[in-house]
Amino acid sequence: MTDTATPDFATLSPSRGQKFRQRVLPLIALALILALVPALSPSRTVYSLLNAVGINIVFALSYNMLLGRGGLLSFGHAVYFGLGGYAAMHAMRAIEAGDGLWSGFPVFGLPVVGFAAGALAGAVIGWPSCRRAGTAFAMISLGVAELIAAAGFMFASIFGGEEGVTGDRMNGPELFGLSLGPVSEVYLFIAFWTVVGTAMIFAFTRTPLGKLSEATRDNPERVQFIGFDPVRIRYMVFIAAGAFAGLSGGMAAVNYEIFTPESLSLHPSGFVLLMAYIGGIRYFSGPILGAVVLTVMQSMLSDFTEAWLLYLGVLFIAIIMFAPGGLAGIFHGVAGTVRRDGAGRAARSLGLKAAGVSLLLVGLIVLIEVVIRWSNGYGEVFEPFGLMLETGSVLTWVLVAGPILGGAALVRFVAKTDEGGA
Amino acid sequence: MSTPALEIAGLHKKFGPAHIIRGVDLTIAKGERHAIIGPNGAGKSTLFNLISGYFQPSEGSVTMNGAPISGLPAFEINRRGLSRSFQVSNIFANMTVRENVRCGVLHSMGYGYSFWRNIGNLRSVQEKTAEILEKVELLDKAHVPAALLPYADQRTLEIAVTIAGGADVILLDEPTAGMSHSETDRAVALIRKATEGKTLLIVEHDMGVVFDLADTISVLVYGEIIASGKPEDIRGNPKVREAYLGDEADQQAIGGAA
Repeated sequence: MTDTATPDFATLSPSRGQKFRQRVLPLIALALILALVPALSPSRTVYSLLNAVGINIVFALSYNMLLGRGGLLSFGHAVYFGLGGYAAMHAMRAIEAGDGLWSGFPVFGLPVVGFAAGALAGAVIGWPSCRRAGTAFAMISLGVAELIAAAGFMFASIFGGEEGVTGDRMNGPELFGLSLGPVSEVYLFIAFWTVVGTAMIFAFTRTPLGKLSEATRDNPERVQFIGFDPVRIRYMVFIAAGAFAGLSGGMAAVNYEIFTPESLSLHPSGFVLLMAYIGGIRYFSGPILGAVVLTVMQSMLSDFTEAWLLYLGVLFIAIIMFAPGGLAGIFHGVAGTVRRDGAGRAARSLGLKAAGVSLLLVGLIVLIEVVIRWSNGYGEVFEPFGLMLETGSVLTWVLVAGPILGGAALVRFVAKTDEGGA
Repeated sequence: MSTPALEIAGLHKKFGPAHIIRGVDLTIAKGERHAIIGPNGAGKSTLFNLISGYFQPSEGSVTMNGAPISGLPAFEINRRGLSRSFQVSNIFANMTVRENVRCGVLHSMGYGYSFWRNIGNLRSVQEKTAEILEKVELLDKAHVPAALLPYADQRTLEIAVTIAGGADVILLDEPTAGMSHSETDRAVALIRKATEGKTLLIVEHDMGVVFDLADTISVLVYGEIIASGKPEDIRGNPKVREAYLGDEADQQAIGGAA
C-alpha cells in the first residue's frame, strides 16, 4: 500500500462486482427459485405451504425492520398485518360488489391496499408509541395489540366478529392473465409480492433513513448530536414496518380469502417474533430463513407430533442461549470456520459438533414423546423403528439419558479443543 | 467586537435539591480555544450537557452566534452548528467506522430522513466521509466494526463523528481520557488539525493537553466559574491554585507547558 496519499472515495465503496454479488445476486436467486417452482409441478399441499411461506417471509422481514434494524421490540406486530389484511379483504368485497372505482381494481394489486392500510395504522399507533424505545415501547406495543384484538371482536361490522370477513378473489379485472382461481396461480401472485416486498425492504436498509435506524438502535443519544431526532427516526421506521406488515396481510387476504380477529392477536405477534429471532435478527436473510423453517415446522411437524410447540420452544431457547445470531448466524459461523481453518479441519470440528447436537436431539425427542404419551393417559406407546418405548422400560430411559449425556459431552469436548487450537 | 460564538448567561441547573450549576457566565469568542478545568464533580459535564441541549437549564440562557439555543432539542442545536463529543466513547458500535462517519455527515450534506435514495449513490456523502476518515487517519480501518476498534481509535472515531457534520462550535468532553502518552500526543495533534478555524470548548483533566491547546482557560468549581483568563494568568491565580491546581501547576510552570 503505497498510494495512500491520495485516498479515493471510490476505493472505500465496494466494487461494482461486489455490490452485484452481495446485493443483487441473492435477490435474483430468490426470484429464480420462486419462478422455477411451478416447473416441478408441485402438489396443492406444497403450493399452499409455499404461499404461507411467502406471506411469512415478508411479514418476518417487516418485523425485523423494527427488531433487528431499529432495536425496537414489538409484541404487537400482527396488528399491522391484520389491519392491512382486513383493508384488503374489504377492498376485495368492494371489487366483488363492483362499487364505483373498485370495480376496476385488480385483486392482484390488493397488497398495495394492505401496504397503505398498514402504513396508516403505523402512523396512528406509532405516534404515541415511538416516543420511547426499550421497555416502554415493548409494553405499549403489547397494550395496543390487546386493545386492537379486543376491538376486533367487538366491532363486528368491520372485523366480522368471530367468523371474520370472507371474500372471493376471482373478481374484477385480471392482471397478467391470472384468474387467481387455482392455487398455482395464487402461488405466482404470492411469489411476485414476496420478491417485491423483499427487494423493497432490502432497499430500505440502504437508504439514509435505514442507516439512521441502525444508528438509533446502537445509540439514540448520539443520534441527537449528529442532527437527527431519534423519535422521528423511530416513528418513520415504524410506519414503514407497519406498511410492509400490511403488504403481507394483503397477500394473506388474497391467499386465504378470510380474515378473522384472531389474526390481530398476540399469537401471530409472538410467532413473527419467533420467526425473526430464530432466523437471526442481525442478518437480512435471517427472517427469511426463520419464516421458511418455522412455517414448514408449523405445517409438517404438527402432522408428526402433537408436541410440536414444545419443540418450537426448545428451538427458541436453544437459539437464544447458544446461537444468538440465529440460523443465519450459524450459517455465517460455519462459513467463517471453513474459510479460516480450511474445509478439512472445519469438517472435523463441525461434524463432531453436529453429531453432538444430533445426539442431544435424539435424547430430547425420546423424552418428549414418551412423556407426552404418558401425560395424555391413553396408554399409547412411543414406537420409533419398531422399538416399544414404554414409560417403565429401562431401554426408554437409557435412550433418553445416553444420547443426552453423550451429546453434551461431545459438544463440550469440541468446544474445548476448538479453544485450545485457537 | 463581533458576536461571540457562545454566550452563557446566569446558567443554573438543579436536579431536585442538588444545585449543580450555580450561575455560570461565560463568553467564548469565535475561533477561540477555550478549556474548562475543575475538580471531579464540579459540573463540567453537566455544563456541556446544558450547552448542547441534552439537559434543559433551570435558569439562564445560552446563545450561539447571537441566537438563543437554550430550550431547543439537542438535534436542533446540532443543526445550527454545535457538535459535541462524549467522555465515554459514544459511537454506533455495531456499524463500521465508515458507516459511523457517514451518519455524522448525512445531515450537513442535506440528506434528512430520506428513504427514497440509496446511500451508496450519494457521491458528496462518500467523498466527505473519505475526507474525514483521512483527516483522522482511520482510512485503513474504514471497514472495521466500531466495537472492535482499539480504545484510542474509538476515541478518535468519537472525534471524527463529532466534526463530521461540519459544525463550527465543537465541544470535546475529555477527549484524551484513558490514553497513553503517545496516544495523547497524537490526539492533541488531531484535535488541533480537526478544529482549525473553529471555536473549541474542551473539558480536560490532563493539564499538559489544556495548556497546550487552549488560549483561554476557565476554572469551574462547585458549579461556579472562579477564574477565567489566559493560561499564564490561570497558572498564577492563587484562588485557582488553592481550589484545584495545587502542586500540578508548579510542576507545569517549572516544566514549561510543552
